[in-house]
Amino acid sequence: MAAAFSSQDSEALKKSQRGTDESPFVKWTLITVALAFSAVFLLLPLLNVFGQALARGWTFYWSSLTDPDSWAAIRLTLIVAGIAVPLNVLFGLAAAWAIAKFKFRGKSILITMIDLPFSVSPVVAGLMFVVLFGLQGFFGKWLDAHDIKIIFAVPGIVLATVFVTFPFVARELIPVMQATGTEQEQAALTLGASGWQTFWHVTLPSVKWGLLYGIILCNARAMGEFGAVSVVSGHITGQTDTMPLRVEKLYNEYNVPAAFAVASLLALLALITLAIKTFLEWKQARDFRKAQEHKPDSRASGGAMDYPLSTNS
Amino acid sequence: MTKKRFSALPGFGLTMGFTLFYLSALVLIPFVGLVIRACEISWADFWRLATSDRALASYRVTFGASLIAAVANAAFGTLLAWVLVRYDFPGRRWIDAIIDFPFALPTAVAGLTLASLFGANGWLGQFLVPLGIHGAYTPLGIVIALTFVGLPFVVRTLQPVLQSLEREVEEVAATLGAGRLRTFLTVVAPALAPSVLTGFALAFARAIGEYGSIVFISGNKPFKTEIAPYLIFMRLEEYDYAGAISLAVVLLVFSFLLLGAINLLEQWAANFEHQP
Repeated sequence: MAAAFSSQDSEALKKSQRGTDESPFVKWTLITVALAFSAVFLLLPLLNVFGQALARGWTFYWSSLTDPDSWAAIRLTLIVAGIAVPLNVLFGLAAAWAIAKFKFRGKSILITMIDLPFSVSPVVAGLMFVVLFGLQGFFGKWLDAHDIKIIFAVPGIVLATVFVTFPFVARELIPVMQATGTEQEQAALTLGASGWQTFWHVTLPSVKWGLLYGIILCNARAMGEFGAVSVVSGHITGQTDTMPLRVEKLYNEYNVPAAFAVASLLALLALITLAIKTFLEWKQARDFRKAQEHKPDSRASGGAMDYPLSTNS
Repeated sequence: MTKKRFSALPGFGLTMGFTLFYLSALVLIPFVGLVIRACEISWADFWRLATSDRALASYRVTFGASLIAAVANAAFGTLLAWVLVRYDFPGRRWIDAIIDFPFALPTAVAGLTLASLFGANGWLGQFLVPLGIHGAYTPLGIVIALTFVGLPFVVRTLQPVLQSLEREVEEVAATLGAGRLRTFLTVVAPALAPSVLTGFALAFARAIGEYGSIVFISGNKPFKTEIAPYLIFMRLEEYDYAGAISLAVVLLVFSFLLLGAINLLEQWAANFEHQP
């Protein structure tokens, strides 16, 4: 209802707000404390990563990254994320479609189950896969007899990564798909489109920004996961070390500058993720404002003709 | 009527089937596997393993540091949210954008850079260590890492609430003669309390399970700076599965209790917002 206030009210509003604001002293003290806290806990840790990574110059930085074992870790991280993220995107789309577009019993239980991995400590998540596939695990003897390696091998790392990043895409997509409703899909179906066509040309475009949002968060976690992967990886240098595990190994070998060099790539990934995320949120706010501006007009002209908002995120 | 409309779309069987299959294969079966193995441990063994001196010490470190960090997050998070929503100052947008940095940064990198920052030769440590403030390889280091990791929770929970808070109520209080502090304490603070508590609980829950950042900064000394997730890791390295599972059960039970509490808090917060 706040939008209903006209401009003459806002002038009066501004005047009365002066009486409810803090004194400049209090205000600037609070701002200073907030800035100092942000500097110590956000800005300095970020700058420190790049500062330490480049402390010994670009040549050292470059040779740390191109070291065969670090290079193998970078490759493995890309492979693992390349498998885990698409799998979770597929799941997220399927789960969001079923949950947002249909009514069924037990929906809230299903949503709770999907969120489950977020409330499990990463180390416990890794432990779960060791219990299933480790040598003493449920399938351990069978796997060993058939010479299949999951724990202390790449499949285990992929499984652990899928587990910890499981809810990201689904939980972004469900509210977006719910908000867009089913009217547009029904119109497409009535006009003769097949189910797949409807999904590709109607549903997917209307949720694309929400999907992208889920993907970048899922990817950031997949590439950066440490605890769960650490439990199942076995830490075989050059084979089962992902980038975060490589950082730990270099750190434990007292090769701190090289650890920071590998870490700087992960920090860069975090910055890119943040930039895309901020852009998507800005875009969402702008689209929302646009939709709000159009709303009163449609109401004035058509009354009940309140067309469904295609909220993009 | 509505039921008919909803069932008009195709693909329910396919998507629901895939969802249930994928969920079972990757989350439920691993989870049930752990529960079955946990049930195979006798009660006496479980009690012995879950309450050994070293385990109790690790709970103390984990819960103590998480609690302090969550309190710090509640205080500074509230301050940050307030400053970001109510005031305009140079760099406000940049700080707003960088608040989520701890969510985006891999925990291993967070631990590495914080340990270096607060170490004796670090940018901050070179000034703090001579003052006797050791921020690396100490319990304080764990608190620092957990504060970093949980920082966005309170800010992000509180920001939308602060934005939707109607200034008119504060104006009425001011008109009726209340000072700014009294207005804040009696009008603003009660409206924010449920969200601050929710953010606090989220940060606390996250801190309990945190592993990556702590490994780098704590030094992992048994009885002193060893957290419960690290002890699980050590038990696994020793192939002591029963020991690892017993500790995991304690952590899981606590996580689920917290999750329930958070759900209740969120409902409370939602009721608060919908009040006229």
